[in-house]
Amino acid sequence: MSTRRVAVVGAGMTRFVRRALETPKELAWQAARMALDSCGLTLADVDAVCIGSAPEAFDGVHMKGEYLADGSGAWGKPVMRSYVGGGTGVFLGAHGWYHVASGLFDVVLVVAEEKMSSYVPHPQAAFLTIFDHTTERPLGPNLLWIFALEMNRYMHTYGISKRDIAQVAVKNKRNAADHPAALLGDASITVDDVLNSEVLAWPVQRLDVSPVSDGAVAVVMASERAAQRITDRPVWVQGVGWNLDTAYWTNRDLAYPEYVERAARMAYDMAGVREPRKEIHIVEPYDPFDYKECHHLEGLLLADRGKAPELVAHGVTLRHGSMPSCPSGGLLGVGNPIAAAGLMKIAEVFWQLRGEAGARQVPGRPERGLAQAWGDLMQVGTVVILGTQKPA
Amino acid sequence: MSTQAAIVGVGWAGFRPVTPEASYKELMYEAAEAAYADAGFDPRTDVDSFVTVAEDFHEGTSIFDEYVPDQLGAAGRPVHTITGDGLHGLAAAVMQILTGRFRIVVVEGHSKASNILTLPEITAYAMDPVLNRPLGAHPLALAGLEASRYLHETGTSRAHCAAVAAKNRRNALRHPSAAYGADVSAEQVLAAETVASPLGRLEISEPADGAIVMVLAAAEAARTLSAHPIWVRGVGWATDSPTLESRQWARALYAERAAAMAYRMAGIAAPADAIQFAEVDDTYAYKELQHLEALGLCQAAQAGPMTADGATQPGGRLPVNVSGGSLGGGHLLEAAGLARALEVVLQLRGQAGARQLHHITTGLAQSWRGVPTASGAVAVLSASPDGRTT
Repeated sequence: MSTRRVAVVGAGMTRFVRRALETPKELAWQAARMALDSCGLTLADVDAVCIGSAPEAFDGVHMKGEYLADGSGAWGKPVMRSYVGGGTGVFLGAHGWYHVASGLFDVVLVVAEEKMSSYVPHPQAAFLTIFDHTTERPLGPNLLWIFALEMNRYMHTYGISKRDIAQVAVKNKRNAADHPAALLGDASITVDDVLNSEVLAWPVQRLDVSPVSDGAVAVVMASERAAQRITDRPVWVQGVGWNLDTAYWTNRDLAYPEYVERAARMAYDMAGVREPRKEIHIVEPYDPFDYKECHHLEGLLLADRGKAPELVAHGVTLRHGSMPSCPSGGLLGVGNPIAAAGLMKIAEVFWQLRGEAGARQVPGRPERGLAQAWGDLMQVGTVVILGTQKPA
Repeated sequence: MSTQAAIVGVGWAGFRPVTPEASYKELMYEAAEAAYADAGFDPRTDVDSFVTVAEDFHEGTSIFDEYVPDQLGAAGRPVHTITGDGLHGLAAAVMQILTGRFRIVVVEGHSKASNILTLPEITAYAMDPVLNRPLGAHPLALAGLEASRYLHETGTSRAHCAAVAAKNRRNALRHPSAAYGADVSAEQVLAAETVASPLGRLEISEPADGAIVMVLAAAEAARTLSAHPIWVRGVGWATDSPTLESRQWARALYAERAAAMAYRMAGIAAPADAIQFAEVDDTYAYKELQHLEALGLCQAAQAGPMTADGATQPGGRLPVNVSGGSLGGGHLLEAAGLARALEVVLQLRGQAGARQLHHITTGLAQSWRGVPTASGAVAVLSASPDGRTT
């Protein structure tokens, strides 16, 4: 049985900000409205809604998907919220894809919303509740600590320096200076700025990390028939993949994200991509920390193990390089409202492939791009491959 | 298209008011092991995708999918959460199979409600934080308000609701896994203390612990794996307004929309003729009546009288909640809808023991996400791909 083709036909996003005055419903509404307007649709054209949002602990709202439903345009419609922690935003691309590819729906509105600022004084404390209630929570861990462990392991295994990795933060924050929705764009930031920033949990320093943010992103996905009615420039979903590893993260070698590789292979297989380094033209890997972009480029098989920092040093992943990485500015520059940040990566690939990325546009008419996210206890990988060519 | 996914394995653990001897992981493992044995395969090699349903605040853990893969045999595989009812998870699995890229998909739902010390307070966190929560209403007060409106608009009586509660708790006596079976009469239900007017103590389901795992397969694999695949002919889900101020209070609009979608997919034009028995949400006794009307299984405002006439008893024209439902079996939180579907599967397979119905080929399962939502899902299951006698 051949799989029904699915396209992305519209996208919208709010500004990513430190503390939004809007309620979560209002943020979702703004992004959904922009996405529909971008392709000339109204809610009457939408058959189903997919919602993504990360822990309810941020908002303190139980059953957050139900709460967000009307703001996301789902009143009276089929609506489902999918959830894989930090991987949620890119997983939404797969969630929307299978809604349409199943044949049950022609037009699906996909909305990701995150409001972290409701959690005071700082949402980092909410992350305590992601740890194992028996073996880990009593130790009082937070995410910065475990990612510091992972960053250390990555640097140690391959002999990578902090300076090598800091270049990723510089690249992304500079890229974000061209993004009208960005929170932390900075055209003049330097590697020394990163290396001199406050130490949070060695080797992680403040400018190695993406900021806490509020925001929402939405995309519209459509069947082939509907897409061709809506736009003459649909961007096709060529591949999707996701993979969840064991909860026992302490048993993993943190130097390499196997789960990202497995998710990537699932997506490459579906997309018919045999040589990803030649066939992926732009990439939006998940970059909540600068070392994570390197980690993920390796897991995506776009760089040799331990060699991803050389790509940025040699200019390969700059916006004008041969494989631009995070041309949006990524989480490090645009911001990290968790689920929304992941879907922002899909929106960015959509805009880049359509040539609509404005000052952020990469040269050379890219034909295929990849968005990837990661989450849970250094445990889940989610991948979506978009392209201008209709899948076979 | 509507006959391409089938249920080929089911397993469950529980259902009991408390399970101090088992963690949620152990409950899930027990259910998964039984489902995989039922389907006759190895989850580590034969499953293409796993779907789990959970809500963080019920689990007491943020990002609950972290703790799912190990006990399901799913580590290193495609796994994701749907923060919905088990029937939403079932629908997600069906969609994955219908894409043609997934051959076998596993769905898991569970409840460790006995770990939740403050369930009403947790439920209250689902209310709009700006507009509703400051009012401090107990979740059951909302259910009471809705029940009042439903009774008022339809002329349904409290005695009709009591008949539902008595029927379901008695039905549960014939279900070895049901947690709250009781030989109570409608009179006893009416005489019980009022909790949130008009709801009495025995018209409110109590939570239970348990886990349910189902294995779904694409048509070809289903026929290979199972001598009695149960075909998912239709799935549907919908929400009315999540905002209390702007929804239908007497009608379960979400169930009407979800059913319309499922019937359309199943090719069912006259549901009252096609559906031979139903397992519907009965979190509160009046909800069973409201849902039967929304599902088109009886005329508007007729579910109460029909119940009083015995039509929804196991020997009646349309047996409803033969399993005992949530009132008799215990409410399984996110797994509640899977419990409804589980009973439909067991009945269609002829494995329902003392409560087995006869001459049935098609049944319906329906769920509601509970107060304060207006959201739910429906599945239409048959013993044959087209619902005719095999």
